[in-house]
Amino acid sequence: MNGVFKTARKAGLISCHSCHLLCQSAKGSAQMRCPRCGDHLHDRKPNSIARTWALVLAAMIFYIPANVLPITIVISLGKAQSDTIMSGVIYFVQTGMWPIALVIFLASVFVPLLKLLILMFLLISVQRKSSWRQQDRTRLYRLTEIIGRWSMVDIFVVTILVALVHLGGLATIHAGPGAIFFGAVVVTTIFAAMSFDPRLIWDTEEVIHE
Amino acid sequence: MDSYIACHDCDLIHRINPLPAKGAAVCIRCGAVLYKHKPNSLDRTLAFALGGLILFILANSFPFLGLKIGAQVRETTLITGIHELYIQGMQVIAILVLLTTVLVPATQMMCLFYILLPLKFGRVPKRLPWVLRFLQRIQPWGMMEVFMVGILVSVVKLAKMAKIIPGISLYSFLALIFVLAAMSVSLDSHLIWEKWEASR
Repeated sequence: MNGVFKTARKAGLISCHSCHLLCQSAKGSAQMRCPRCGDHLHDRKPNSIARTWALVLAAMIFYIPANVLPITIVISLGKAQSDTIMSGVIYFVQTGMWPIALVIFLASVFVPLLKLLILMFLLISVQRKSSWRQQDRTRLYRLTEIIGRWSMVDIFVVTILVALVHLGGLATIHAGPGAIFFGAVVVTTIFAAMSFDPRLIWDTEEVIHE
Repeated sequence: MDSYIACHDCDLIHRINPLPAKGAAVCIRCGAVLYKHKPNSLDRTLAFALGGLILFILANSFPFLGLKIGAQVRETTLITGIHELYIQGMQVIAILVLLTTVLVPATQMMCLFYILLPLKFGRVPKRLPWVLRFLQRIQPWGMMEVFMVGILVSVVKLAKMAKIIPGISLYSFLALIFVLAAMSVSLDSHLIWEKWEASR
């Protein structure tokens, strides 16, 4: 490489998203397809920044009811008790089961928020054409891809509790409206991470070198 | 341009060089993994998919947890849990759980059988590109390993309330996670694309 970085875009090539074949970029034709696998070819993910912003903002909005509304409603001997995610965490801290409190807090509160903050930071830094620590920012992006799925833990816990705790008049557990918003947060953040194109982080490099 | 590859994270072009056994090539600029040497990819992936299918059937046929309060015992399978959510009016969540823990893993295994079995016998299945692309696209939505953590958290939550009885399929679930992970790790999609190209 002789210290000179050459990107596919600079060489007039497009890397296929699906099969990673390098294809000649045909300037002007809007609908290019990969000659090997037939997938649509895009130089960069289409409208990456606008799409990611839209999904991140949607997730931010969902995040509020997801944390404020109850995620489970326990009906025991005619009494109903609603629990939000945080009240569950607090309950476990108070009863001394802090490892489980930590797992729930990390997966359900911290990870979605961290993911949204990282994506916003990446979006802003790309829009400002920053060339600050590109390698670390790419790592941050990879992190958001990996951690997002773990937020689904709470949804699965609700599913299991609802199925198991079903003891007639004694006690039943219902899923609360918070669960729907929480699921929406997880799904929109996964789509947001997918729509962000990490190559945008590096595109500034070429402008500087040219 | 067959002998070159562009990094999917930073677009840098690299020449494709032969790798040592079990080696991996990483991007010199951003550190992303470009490609890996996967020995016996076809056979291994097929074996894991077959093992996964057996475990998957077991895991979904028997209850994975039971709860005992007094004389009452209630057991649950994954499907009954999803069904219960659906009845309670949480259809969206029920569908999300069904997709991530049942439909996506099952579809992944089916797609792999469809692709790999014919390739194993030297044939190329119809519409291979479409199936392989579909397989890659649904990959992020299979969340078996997250479900396992969900089981653990539920056990701890319920432990104070009642006696927990681990079901037979709990162990199948546990094994299934590792088999599914091994299955996606051993799949060499570059190899399949090359085979597809060679067949045309």
